[in-house]
Amino acid sequence: MISLQHFLIASALLFAIGVAGVVGRKNIFIVFMSIELMLNAVNLSFVAFARFLNQLDGHIFVFLVMAVAAAEAAIGLAIVILLFKNKESLNTDDFSLMKR
Amino acid sequence: MLTTILFYLLVAVMLGGGLVTITRRHPLSAALALVTSFLALSGLYALLTAQLIAILQILVYAGAIVALIVFVIMLLNVREEDLNYHEELVPQVGIALVALLPVVGVVIAAINRLPSGTFPALPDPGYGSIEQVGMYLYQHHVFVFELVSVLLTVALVGVVLLAKRRI
Repeated sequence: MISLQHFLIASALLFAIGVAGVVGRKNIFIVFMSIELMLNAVNLSFVAFARFLNQLDGHIFVFLVMAVAAAEAAIGLAIVILLFKNKESLNTDDFSLMKR
Repeated sequence: MLTTILFYLLVAVMLGGGLVTITRRHPLSAALALVTSFLALSGLYALLTAQLIAILQILVYAGAIVALIVFVIMLLNVREEDLNYHEELVPQVGIALVALLPVVGVVIAAINRLPSGTFPALPDPGYGSIEQVGMYLYQHHVFVFELVSVLLTVALVGVVLLAKRRI
């Protein structure tokens, strides 16, 4: 029988994959997609807990996270376009504007 | 029984899609793997009887956000030399995953300490439907809903400001 724990472990594993993508990769697009993976892992936890507690608040949280992710995707990709225009690169090591 | 099989199948596709996403060199292949992962996740939402969230997952994530990513990748006209061929993908991602293993182990141990997590019976058949979630949203979380509309407007204005050369 599938229980809450199964869903939480799946969510933890997906989150770990997202973290590994952010830490281990240098391509800015892959880093960006890894952040989306982490957001989705958290969403899965929210929905599983909402079902476990028979409440709908978790669904509202997921709705919120999706709206924030959409806004983040729009602005993040605009920033990526500007970075690529100025630096001609997708490597996160080249974006050291704030480093002294 | 069928639920169990579906669960493991969907989780395998979801985690596999995630792993493929972070090990591709070209971002376009990664984006396609990301869609696969998101679609499997939408199936998991359906298993949790979250109809509205499952539909939104396909519409917003697999549809809008990934379409935006693919659009930008194509717009940038990425050349071969932009993709850092000196980057050692498998060792880098592998080391990151192995380094995360203890953390994940601790988290899983903590999850297993939770009291029994069998899902209770559904309170009523409409749980998670558009109608119920919509009513709940408007009756208890109207402020949050309005806040989301403000956030999206701010994001829209911000993107125009960023992308336009001269206002």
